[in-house]
Amino acid sequence: MSDRVRLSVFGVGLAGLLGLMLWAFAGLPDFGDYAGPYGYILNRVAVPERSTTDVVTAVNFDYRGFDTLAEEFILFASVVGVASILRTLRGERTRAPDDDAAGRRVPETSLTVRVAGLGLVAPTILVGIYIVAHGQLTPGGGFQGGVILATALLLIYLSADYMTMRAVGPISLIELAEGLGGAAFALIGLSGLIAGGAFFQNWLGKGTVGDLLSSGTIPLSNAAVGLAVTGGFAFMLSEFLQQTLTRRRVRRRRSRRSA
Amino acid sequence: MSFLPYAVAAWVMGVGLYGIVTSRDLLHLVICLSVMQSASYLLLLSIGYVDDAQAPIFADVPLSTRAVDPVVQALTLTDVVVGTTVTALLLALAVQAQKRYGTLDPRELRPARERLDG
Repeated sequence: MSDRVRLSVFGVGLAGLLGLMLWAFAGLPDFGDYAGPYGYILNRVAVPERSTTDVVTAVNFDYRGFDTLAEEFILFASVVGVASILRTLRGERTRAPDDDAAGRRVPETSLTVRVAGLGLVAPTILVGIYIVAHGQLTPGGGFQGGVILATALLLIYLSADYMTMRAVGPISLIELAEGLGGAAFALIGLSGLIAGGAFFQNWLGKGTVGDLLSSGTIPLSNAAVGLAVTGGFAFMLSEFLQQTLTRRRVRRRRSRRSA
Repeated sequence: MSFLPYAVAAWVMGVGLYGIVTSRDLLHLVICLSVMQSASYLLLLSIGYVDDAQAPIFADVPLSTRAVDPVVQALTLTDVVVGTTVTALLLALAVQAQKRYGTLDPRELRPARERLDG
């Protein structure tokens, strides 16, 4: 199929799709005029019921906690998927990170990048923990904080190299964090079933509104998800970087020439 | 212009789709899919928006304050996570395509049988 034919087929499809979308959008509430009952009710009851000032977190880790568990499992499945797609295949070997073109002049990582990168590691970890811990009070939570925490590992890679990064965050530790975080989140849900009678029931004391240790199980869930997301993202970063060390053996490239 | 945010969402989706159809590089294709997905964030957040309302964070404000819908914001968070995981999986597949066939051009990634014939 030539590019021209393909584009015209796409054009017809796109016109149909856009038409249907406009039709669907016409049935939506006017922008700024939404009066969905659930959001309105949650905005009124989340603070008195759960001592949670960030209603989005209350929805994610309490009222809709079951869905978030599934969301966490999606992330877990994706991590497993990346690991199995990028596993060492037959005919591949992992080699030491030696230079393909040893003769060329490689500019060294500048001192500025090294110092700024290493200097930012500790503040990044602090900000990540802060965002995870304050999920029930202000915007943030386990997902957002976890991603920030995983970037600390990337900063180490930036200011040193891959092997240093592996030494600081060994893959077994990262896998442990991912597994423990996911399991802890599921167990928090189960604890609600045992102590309160419903999955993800918030059975712990609600505490004072605005306190760091308020909102019952929500901060615990945030910590568990934060650990899992940190592990998941660090694992994926590590797997992708590992690929730069993986090569297929030359003799297996035969099929490439015939193409 | 109460329709404008929805129109922008439709436009962003169309742009992403056009990018996917005309893509000549798998990495570019994955980014285009991310662009397409961001249309859904925009659509969800636009639906939940309420005029003259603040974010659904009730720290230091009275409970009666008008706030936008928190449910669609929570859904958007799920959407972002799903988008990230899909991107990660597709990038892993792109890495494998590069390793096996030595190319990232989707038009050169023909089925193995066709490759042998041609």
